[in-house]
Amino acid sequence: MTEEKASRTVTVMNPQGLHARPVDMFVKLANQFTSNIEIIKEGERVDGKSILSVLTLAAEQGTRLSIEATGHDANAALDALAALVASGFAEEKNLNPQ
Amino acid sequence: MKFSDFVNTKAIKAGLGAETKEAVIAEMLRALVDVGQIADDDTESILNAILKREELGSTGIGRGVAVPHTKHPSVDRLVGMVGVSDQGVDFDSLDGEKVQLFFLLISPPDRPGDHLRALENISRQLRDNTFCRFLKQSKSAADIQQLLEEADNNQFVS
Repeated sequence: MTEEKASRTVTVMNPQGLHARPVDMFVKLANQFTSNIEIIKEGERVDGKSILSVLTLAAEQGTRLSIEATGHDANAALDALAALVASGFAEEKNLNPQ
Repeated sequence: MKFSDFVNTKAIKAGLGAETKEAVIAEMLRALVDVGQIADDDTESILNAILKREELGSTGIGRGVAVPHTKHPSVDRLVGMVGVSDQGVDFDSLDGEKVQLFFLLISPPDRPGDHLRALENISRQLRDNTFCRFLKQSKSAADIQQLLEEADNNQFVS
């Protein structure tokens, strides 16, 4: 088995940015892959499988993030994670607590 | 953003007594009412909104930490409250651990950026094991306030 290393640039689409729930969704998805996942925002690199780490990015709508994956399923992981971010976490339509 | 920008220091509470998710949130809201930060009449509506958010997925983000939160039109700036429970509360946390450290946030509906920056600050500080451990061992509101001040002065993380 060969290790793949790949990266993808994504833009945060949802109006609320990467708050707790989108981060939870991202981290849960990332943890379904064996690859090491990291997110880079303006040179700051964090573990994409840790909620506390991803929350420290405070990525607002419009922020560009680079997702980097290293491992046997790197490309599959990036496909899934990029799609999740691009979807805007399917949230703002039905989430409007007051 | 620093803790001092959003945490109401007068409402900080050590030794939270509640043992359920709903009760502990209510206990923290009560502390905010007692210091005049939110109106008594709004607490039920805020509590329900926070619980509704919890139904979408627990805000117990691991390491014994939870950030119950909601937007609410009754506040015109971000309102934060810190509470510590000695025994821990079953909060359906993502890692299954009981929650001892609570950072409750109420945001004006139109300020997602402030909410994100508060979450950023909380998560950045709590990644530090020493800060996390000291907070859990806090026995008084004064202890908690001092730790938050030290964190604001970057004494835990660079």
